[in-house]
Amino acid sequence: MNLLLIFIGSVLINNFVLHYFLGICPFLGVSKKIKAAFSMGVAVTFVLVLTAVASWAINHWILIPYDLQYLQIVAFILVIASLVQFVEMFVRKTSPPLYQAMGIYLPLITVNCAIMGLALLASLKEYDFAETVVFGVGAGAGFTLAIVLMAAIREQLELADVPEAFKGAGIALVVAGIMALAFLGFSGMIK
Amino acid sequence: MAQRTMWRDFAKGLWAENPVSRQLLGMCSTLAITNAVINGLAMGLAVGFVLICSSGLISLIRKLIPSQVRIASYIVIIAAFVTIADRFMAAFFPPLSKALGPYVPLIVVNCIILGRAEAFASKNPLGRSLIDALGMSAGYILALVVLSSIRELLGNGTLLGRKVLGAGFEPWTIMLLPPGAFLTLGLLIGAAYQIERRVRRRRAR
Repeated sequence: MNLLLIFIGSVLINNFVLHYFLGICPFLGVSKKIKAAFSMGVAVTFVLVLTAVASWAINHWILIPYDLQYLQIVAFILVIASLVQFVEMFVRKTSPPLYQAMGIYLPLITVNCAIMGLALLASLKEYDFAETVVFGVGAGAGFTLAIVLMAAIREQLELADVPEAFKGAGIALVVAGIMALAFLGFSGMIK
Repeated sequence: MAQRTMWRDFAKGLWAENPVSRQLLGMCSTLAITNAVINGLAMGLAVGFVLICSSGLISLIRKLIPSQVRIASYIVIIAAFVTIADRFMAAFFPPLSKALGPYVPLIVVNCIILGRAEAFASKNPLGRSLIDALGMSAGYILALVVLSSIRELLGNGTLLGRKVLGAGFEPWTIMLLPPGAFLTLGLLIGAAYQIERRVRRRRAR
């Protein structure tokens, strides 16, 4: 039950993009076409789940037993950077079509705040292993949902008559604001 | 001449290449913690500290780092300074550190810092890199203070915790919630472009 709540919570209520403001750069940068947005979402979800596992292991097997929590930031960022590199090599070797689909987005993910944010939030909330993994899956699903919705709206916006000054970033942020407003409606669902 | 280059290195961060309104960098922290002016200011100072220190250090050792591993080295340097800022804040300003939550450690993935390291500090001597970092920090702090002032004023009727708007003012709670952050920043960026276009048109005339 608890796991289900964490999942729904991280998809709809505490959506990574619209509530925690994590992963805004790809959210604004790769949301012009639905297809690209979906690939990005899948790639991020994949890395999020792996990071959830790896960061939990690092935190509970190395940092906490040896009292090294002050090294958390350095440890997490190194793990994420090498993990992304490793995933990229692995995907390129084993599945060229998959690499074609999400390859170019993988390097961008290293500096994606969503990944680092997941590792930090999971350790801040003191989730156990299963909860951390579910949190990672939920966060990825929430990110994918938000970026695909955003891309769908922006494809329609192409046809709209937007004031010159707001073209690009301005209107995208206003749209994100309205989306966040809509997602706020979910906040009464749990509790 | 030298003075003019210095001034240009500094001033471009304030407006022409402002990290928030122009380059759209460091969005996570910008949007997340600007619900009160004090938070915005603290975040701005923390980012400024990390940016200036890491730009300086990277510029000093730029000839020693092999270019294949430069990004990894930059990230480790940045992470070290972020850890310093994070621990410092937790030790001396515990309530502030609690309010900013995971967003202080997240400075490490703030694209402004890695961006400046890669685009400027890795190619320029110490003096110019420091001035560039100083200008970018000033521009970032400026953007955060403007954004958080608007949100705190409309969302709470206060500025830096002091009551500004009278008792008759009904606070717009939405400004303190996530949608307010997106809307305010979107409108601000639109306004900044509009001003820029006006200025350019007047110059052309």
